[in-house]
Amino acid sequence: MYDIIIIGAGVCGAAIARELSRYEAKICVLEKEEDVCCGTSKANSGIIHAGFDAENGTWKAKMNVQGNKMMPKMAEELDFPYQQLGSLVVCTDEKRRNGLEQLLERGRKNGVKGLRILEREELLGMEANISDGAVAALYAPTGGIVCPFEMNLAYAENACTNGVEFRFSTRVKEIRKREGSMKGTDSLLPAGYEVICETKDGEKEVFTTRFLINAAGVYADVIHNMVCKEKLCITPRRGDYVLLDKTAGMHVSHTIFALPDGMGKGVLITPTVHGNLLVGPTAIEISDREGTNTTAEGLLQVAVKSQKTVKNLPMNQTITSFAGLRAHEKGGDFILGEASDAPGFVDCAGIESPGLSSAPAIGVWIADLMKERMHLREKEHFVSKRKGMVHPFSLSDEEHNELIQKNPAYGTIACRCEKISEGEILDAIHRPLGARSLDGIKRRTRAGMGRCQAGFCTPGTMELVSRELQVPMTELTKCGGNSKIVVGFTKEEAKRR
Amino acid sequence: MNRTYDVVIVGGGPAGLAAALAAKREGAERVVILERNQEPGGILNQCIHNGFGLHTFSEELTGPEYADRFIRKVKEEKIPIFPGTTVLAVNADHTVTAMNSREGIVKLRAGAIVLCMGCRERPRGALNLPGFRPAGIFSAGTAQRLVNIEGCLPGREVVILGSGDIGLIMARRMTLEGATVKAVAELMPYSGGLKRNIVQCLDDFGIPLKLSHTVVDIGGKERVESVTLARVDEHQKPIPGTEEKISCDTLLLSVGLIPENELSIEAGIAINPATKGPTVNERLETSIPGIFACGNVLHVHDLVDYVSEEAAAAGKNAARFVQNGNQNSKGKTVVTVIAGNGVRYTVPSVIHPENMNENQKIRFRVGTVFRDVYLSVYLNNKRIRHKKCRILTPGEMEEVILKKEELGSDLHPEKITMVVEED
Repeated sequence: MYDIIIIGAGVCGAAIARELSRYEAKICVLEKEEDVCCGTSKANSGIIHAGFDAENGTWKAKMNVQGNKMMPKMAEELDFPYQQLGSLVVCTDEKRRNGLEQLLERGRKNGVKGLRILEREELLGMEANISDGAVAALYAPTGGIVCPFEMNLAYAENACTNGVEFRFSTRVKEIRKREGSMKGTDSLLPAGYEVICETKDGEKEVFTTRFLINAAGVYADVIHNMVCKEKLCITPRRGDYVLLDKTAGMHVSHTIFALPDGMGKGVLITPTVHGNLLVGPTAIEISDREGTNTTAEGLLQVAVKSQKTVKNLPMNQTITSFAGLRAHEKGGDFILGEASDAPGFVDCAGIESPGLSSAPAIGVWIADLMKERMHLREKEHFVSKRKGMVHPFSLSDEEHNELIQKNPAYGTIACRCEKISEGEILDAIHRPLGARSLDGIKRRTRAGMGRCQAGFCTPGTMELVSRELQVPMTELTKCGGNSKIVVGFTKEEAKRR
Repeated sequence: MNRTYDVVIVGGGPAGLAAALAAKREGAERVVILERNQEPGGILNQCIHNGFGLHTFSEELTGPEYADRFIRKVKEEKIPIFPGTTVLAVNADHTVTAMNSREGIVKLRAGAIVLCMGCRERPRGALNLPGFRPAGIFSAGTAQRLVNIEGCLPGREVVILGSGDIGLIMARRMTLEGATVKAVAELMPYSGGLKRNIVQCLDDFGIPLKLSHTVVDIGGKERVESVTLARVDEHQKPIPGTEEKISCDTLLLSVGLIPENELSIEAGIAINPATKGPTVNERLETSIPGIFACGNVLHVHDLVDYVSEEAAAAGKNAARFVQNGNQNSKGKTVVTVIAGNGVRYTVPSVIHPENMNENQKIRFRVGTVFRDVYLSVYLNNKRIRHKKCRILTPGEMEEVILKKEELGSDLHPEKITMVVEED
C-alpha cells in the first residue's frame, strides 16, 4: 500500500513527486507512457511566463507568478537550463495600445515586477527584426525560457533519487474507493483507493494507496470523473510549432508575443535555451487526446501569423515541426486541491499555459497540502540537489580533455549536428530513470535534435542502446509501445542468426 | 598525432581519399586525413550496389570496392588516417581543431586544408510535411545504412517521397529484401535521379513513379500506418481532391542533399547560395586562401568518379599552395563565371586565367528540364561555345571545358556566362 500515488509523470506530476519526496512517505508515480515528459510537457513553448496574462485572483495568476519567482533557484538546485531573457508583447495597431496598458495593470496586480511599456524606438533598439508595424510593446524582464524536457526530467530524477517509485507503461483503467476509513488515523482520513492499471503486455496490475493525486494532463478529466460526481471536461487544444535551425537562433533575443486581439492569441517567436528559434503555436480545439499531428493549415498559420510581430523570419531554415496539446478545462482555470466529494483524491487538472511556469509552485502547494492533510514528517536525508548531464563542450578544453582521458567515450561524437558524444548517450541510459527509447535519448542528450534530425546518428544510437540494455535492435522503439524503429532483420542477417 | 602538416584533409570519404593521394603525389610530404567514422570510405561503405567506377576504372564496382581501391593507395603512400576523429573547427589561419577518444581535443597546423565533409540528407522537417511523427520515417540514406550495415529491415510496406538517386536505389534494395514499395512520389514533373536508376530500380521492378505528387499527411501514432499523396499544381501546391491514402508502415525521404558546410561557415568561408557549398576559383580554392573544397561539400555530385577527379585536382592544388604560396596576388585578371538563363550554378565561379591549366573544366547544373536546346558559353559578349543538347535535366551534372588560350589576357576577359538558348 502506497501513501501517495501520483498519476502522470509530466512536469506537474514530477514537481509534485519531488516536493513530496522531502517527506517520509511511500510514493509512486504511474505513467502510461514509457518515459517521463511524453505529453503536454514535451511539446510546448518552453516559456517561463512573467505572469501578466492570467486574470487577477486566478490559480493561473498566483501559480505563474510564484513559479516564475522560484525558477532561478530551482534551475540551479536541479541543474536545468533556464534563461531569463525577458519577453515583449508587441502591439501593431495604434488604436489597440490600451491593450498593453490593460496587461500592464493586470500584471502589476498579479505581482509581476519590472513591467513597463516601450515605445517603438526603444523596442527597435532591443529587437532589430521587430516588424515595421510595431508601435509599442509591454516589456517583462522576468519572462524566461527553459528546456522543458530537462526541467521535467530534473524533477523526476530528483524525486527518484529521494525514493519515489516510477512505474512506466502503466495506464490507469479504473479507480475504486476503498470502503471504511484508514486504521489508526482519525475518521476524516479516507480508506484510500484501488488503482487498476494495464501494464505494457496488457497485464492487469492493482495498486492501493491512501491518497491519489491526479496530474494526468489531457486525461485529468477522465481520471477525475472515475472518482468524482462533479465532472470535469477537458478539451485538448492543439498547438502547431515550427523549429528553426540554430543559424536562425539570433533572429530575436527576447520572447516575442503578439498583443492578443479578437482573433485569439497570436503566435510567439522565441529563442530556445539551446539556441534554436521556435515559432508557434496555433490553437485548434480537437477531440483526440493523442492528436498531436500537425496539419498543413496549422503550419501555414504559424508562418503567416508570426510575420505580424517579427520581419524577415527565415522560415526556410525550418528543421522540424511538431504539435502539442494543451489541457484546457471548460472553467478556464487550473483545478488544484482535494475534490469535495472524494476525500484523499487531489486534482492538479486543467494545467494548460502557464503550466510549465507554474509547475514549481504547484509542486510546493500540493506538497504543503499533503503535508498538512497527512501529517507528513520531513526526511532526515533529503537530497535537494540534482546534477544534470555532463555537457563536455561547456567545459574548458583542459577539463574536456581530462574527461575524455577518464572516459574515452566522451571523445567520440555520436550526433554531429549537436556535437553529442557517445559518453553522453551512455549517461542518458544509465542515469536514474534512464532512457530506453530513441526519443528518451533525444530528450536527455539532444542527440538527433539538430539539423539532420537524426539521419546520421540513428543507427549508431540504436547500437549503443541495444548493447547497453541488452535489447535486440529489432525491439528498440522510438517512444515505447508499438513504435518499433525497424521491423526485422534483412534476409542475410536473419540467416546469419 | 603530429601537430603540423602540409595538407590536412577534413573527411575520409571518396573526396578526402582522392585529395590526399593527389596532394601526396604532387609532393606534399605530410598529409593527414581526419575521418569521423571508425573506417574511411564515407558513404560508399553503405552503397553495396554496383555501378561505381565506370569512368575511373572502366569497370563496375560496388561502393566499398571503389573505396577500397583508394584506401589501398592511401596506405601504400603511407598517408595517415585518423579514424573516429571529428573536426570541431577550421580556422582561417589554417589551424584545425579535432577530437577523438584517444587524444581528446587537439589543434593541428596546416599549410593547406582540403574540405571533404560531404553532404547530408534533407530531413522531413525541412519540407514541413504535416501529420503525425511516428516511427517508420527515415531519410533514404539512414534506411540504407540500417539495411546494408546494421542488417535491419526498416519496414515492409514502403512509400518513398523524392526520386533522388538514393531513394531510387533504396526502392530496389527494399524490394530485394522482400518489402513492397508501393509508390515513389516526386514533387517535380521530372525525376531528380539518374535515368539509369529509374530504369534499373523502378521500371524493372514495376514500382510506380508518381511525378508532380507530394505527401500531404502521415498517419499512425506509434508506427507509420498510412501516407496520403496528392497531385501538385505547377507551383508545387497540392491540388484538393487528388488525395490518395496509401496504407504502409514506412516512409522514406529522398528529397535532396545539402553540403555540410557548418565548419566552412564558421571559418568565414563564402558560400554560394545555389550550391550551398563554398564559392571556389579555378583551383577549387575557397574565399580563404589555402583552404580548398571538393566533392559533395562543394556541390552535390551524381557520380563518385567525378568526385574523385575533382578531389584530385583540389589535393594537387593544395600541395602546390604549400610549395608556392598564395597565388591570388593582386593585379591578376579575375573572370567571373555567371550562371545565366537556365543554368542554376557553375563550379568554379571565378577564374584567374593566369593560374589556369591548359584545360579548365566548368561543371554546372540546369534549373529545369530542357529539350532540344543549345548550351552556350559567352566570353564577355562573344559566344565561344554553342552546343546542341537533346536533353538537359537538373538531375545530371554537365560540364564544358575551356582552353587557356580562349581566355588570353589580350581579350580583356571579365566574365564568362553560361546560358541555355533556344537557338
